[in-house]
Amino acid sequence: MADSNTASQPSTRFVSRVWRSIFRRPLVPRSDRERKLMVLDSLILHIHPSTVPEKTLQLSLTWGLGGMAAILMTILLVTGVMLMFAYTPSPAQAYNDILNLQTNVWFGQLVRNLHHWSGNAMLVVAFLHMLRVFFTGGFREPRQFNWIVGITLLLLTVGANFTGYLLPWDQLAYWAVTVGTGLVEYIPLVGKWIQTVILGGPEVGAATLLNFYGLHIALIPIAMLSLMSYHFWRIRKDGGVVIPRVPDEPGEQKVSRVTTIPHLVLRELVVALVLIAAILLFSMAVNAPLEELANPDVSPNPAKAPWYFLGIQELLLHFHPLVAALVIPTLTLGALILLPYFDADLDSVGVWFRSYKGRRMALEAAMIGLVGTPLLVLADEFVIDFVGWLPSLPTLVSNGLVPLAMVLLLLIGFYDWMKKRFAATNCETVQATFVLLLTAFIVLTIVGIWFRGPGMALMWPWDVSSAVVGH
Amino acid sequence: MADEQKQTKLGSNPTRRDFLKLIWTGLGVLALAEAGGMAVAFSLPRIAEGEFGGVVTAGPVDDFPRNSVTPFNQGRFYLSRLEDGGFLALYRKCTHLGCAVPWEPTEGRFMCPCHASAFDAKGNVLNPPAPRAMDLFPVLIEDGIVKVDTGTVIQRDKFDPSQVVYP
Repeated sequence: MADSNTASQPSTRFVSRVWRSIFRRPLVPRSDRERKLMVLDSLILHIHPSTVPEKTLQLSLTWGLGGMAAILMTILLVTGVMLMFAYTPSPAQAYNDILNLQTNVWFGQLVRNLHHWSGNAMLVVAFLHMLRVFFTGGFREPRQFNWIVGITLLLLTVGANFTGYLLPWDQLAYWAVTVGTGLVEYIPLVGKWIQTVILGGPEVGAATLLNFYGLHIALIPIAMLSLMSYHFWRIRKDGGVVIPRVPDEPGEQKVSRVTTIPHLVLRELVVALVLIAAILLFSMAVNAPLEELANPDVSPNPAKAPWYFLGIQELLLHFHPLVAALVIPTLTLGALILLPYFDADLDSVGVWFRSYKGRRMALEAAMIGLVGTPLLVLADEFVIDFVGWLPSLPTLVSNGLVPLAMVLLLLIGFYDWMKKRFAATNCETVQATFVLLLTAFIVLTIVGIWFRGPGMALMWPWDVSSAVVGH
Repeated sequence: MADEQKQTKLGSNPTRRDFLKLIWTGLGVLALAEAGGMAVAFSLPRIAEGEFGGVVTAGPVDDFPRNSVTPFNQGRFYLSRLEDGGFLALYRKCTHLGCAVPWEPTEGRFMCPCHASAFDAKGNVLNPPAPRAMDLFPVLIEDGIVKVDTGTVIQRDKFDPSQVVYP
């Protein structure tokens, strides 16, 4: 052909033709137009718009939490597939496979640690992401449905963690899953049946391990990947993340935008690298726990559910199981799902904690929760004894409905008191109540993890660890 | 005239199109329900004879003295022979959250290590949080041999003499 460039031999022309068949544009864009086109053309990058509002780039808006969850998911998929090559889901093999993985497989321990700690971190990160969206009003119109998708993803994350918990088949796994699935039995009418189907029999056994394995490696990850794609797509369709504002100031009419490359992509890259480095360092320093081989004949004392269920297990010590394991979680979940449809104060979208007043109220609610919850736990441990005081009533009433009614009355009283005292809007008061419940949940979880020893007795953390080690 | 036909609902004067739409939708829902039912049936527990979940042979009646509690780890139960010679097969799973409850011979009671529930030799609750007495398995005595059907769990609130099986 009439190619005037003499340096271009037929062979290099062929390579460049192949190259251009894969990458239609230069890999290093030189103008804003090329940067935008690069986002539009890229399969991965086009989850982003080609430009983003400059203000949404502030770290203090999103803290990169949603992105972190996606990065952790990627780490979990990669390490999870690696672990599948070293693991057999049968009671006879599973524990030995883990031991073998940790001692005979190159980097086996590290890969297991990465998977274990990423799974735990994802739970924390996804939860914090939910809090961020709640406190910046990111669940409001038009983002209501994506809030519900997000809650579903959080529940799936819990499911993925819980099914993975059983797989090492050690004492910790066996009894945590026994106690965790024991909660299901208290669902009226169908609880026993659901429990039997989940476990594949009356107790945790070979069928349970196989069930959990299938759920853990296929069903839950596929559901999560599909929902995550939808979640990301919805963010764009709902107009991107909320634009941060200072309280009492109206949002700017004209939003200044910058190109996604490099402004957003670079920040995401930094978050990803810092997160990967942190997880890697942590996994090098701290091994995932592994106790002795599961023994169905001997329950350890104390037998605790996985840490993220210990808030609920703590409730079990104070309420009838039906109330603790079913009524309270269902009410909470229902409230979270319905929240965007009832709490529609558009004025505060993008403002952290709604307003200056909202911030003061949230702080106060957190303080009350921080002091009040331990006091209630102590009171119930040493003073309150509804079963003894109301011996003629069934325990479902005396230890279930009565304390539940009292807690609800306390909450209504709190709501009314806060609203009047601060002359606040419903929206600010709902947020304060949410903060109170959130603090209570976190305190209960901490009590369950560190302050409950043998026989679930209340004790100091150092006594718990010495008692457990001594045992 | 076309508009009039569109507005006709099945009640008064169904068009062929409405009728077929209904049939298709109905069949679609039916197919989905069948697929769902199949998935559930597929995941139901499968239990083999002899294992836990099948019938376990405990031994001759005379092997078990009165006032004794004998553990069967494979069968996950305790064979409790009462003072009057009757048998109870107590499922060892705690009725609170499912821990394995060990028998403490010195104290003469079952003590759950998880949340401090306690039961007597008849399975009655001596100490909460367990909400009800230990579950039972049916005891079958054939030709002086005690057998326990671990596939059937009998839930009960508390001990009742009718639950005891005599040789």
